[in-house]
Amino acid sequence: MFVNQFLFLAAVLFCIGVYGVIARKNAVLMLMSIELILNSVNINLLTFALRNGSPDGHTFALYIIAVAAAEVGVGLGLVLLVYRNKKTISLDDLSEMRG
Amino acid sequence: MIAQNIGFWIIALMMIGAALRVVTTNNVVHAALWLVVVLSGAAGQYILLAAEFVAITQVLVYIGAVMVLFLFGTMLTRARIGAESDLNNSYKKLGIPVGLIMLVAMGLALTDSFGDERLPESATVVSTQEISDQIFGPYLLPFWALSFVLLAAVVGAIVLARKD
Repeated sequence: MFVNQFLFLAAVLFCIGVYGVIARKNAVLMLMSIELILNSVNINLLTFALRNGSPDGHTFALYIIAVAAAEVGVGLGLVLLVYRNKKTISLDDLSEMRG
Repeated sequence: MIAQNIGFWIIALMMIGAALRVVTTNNVVHAALWLVVVLSGAAGQYILLAAEFVAITQVLVYIGAVMVLFLFGTMLTRARIGAESDLNNSYKKLGIPVGLIMLVAMGLALTDSFGDERLPESATVVSTQEISDQIFGPYLLPFWALSFVLLAAVVGAIVLARKD
């Protein structure tokens, strides 16, 4: 197996995730796109762990999974709070901080 | 090696198709279910990369916990379960060239750097013991920091979401 086939898969997933973050208005869907990006990074880390024969990448991947879980927890808490206050989670309607 | 290659391409095409559906579908619940396909495919790729423990953690944490959180978030913020028309914003057209330009840039860089370099043929599976030696040895301080982040996230989520 080539190193590049895994790295290209990760690159494609990353770009799809970036497109999702740009194109989506719904906050929950944007968080899902961020999950796509985080997974592509994990694939990269594990590919390089195998290429270099060191378990460091596995540790980083596990830490990323834990941070992603924390991020989703807090993110959805924020989304719930926004929904309770504004009755919408459309990101285009949250413009109070615009100058 | 050939069997692994076939497995890789099947899983990879499945993941890319499902990821495209995640960012294009008009139904939030369907997007969450397509995301399950992508995450399970990623777990399969981790096994191909000789990372059993990370693959199992992926299934437990992502497919088990994070997806439940997503479905909870969907159910709690929307009364309507079904197709909706206003999920994309006006920058949708801008996202396609941005994604493609990033993909071309990364593709050129990867082709330049790794060309046709191959992964080692006889990969030994990284055992759970090795990973735990890493976590509780040189990476102990990040592990503590991570525990603190998780604690703060739990407390923060409760404070944010409770009614008062």
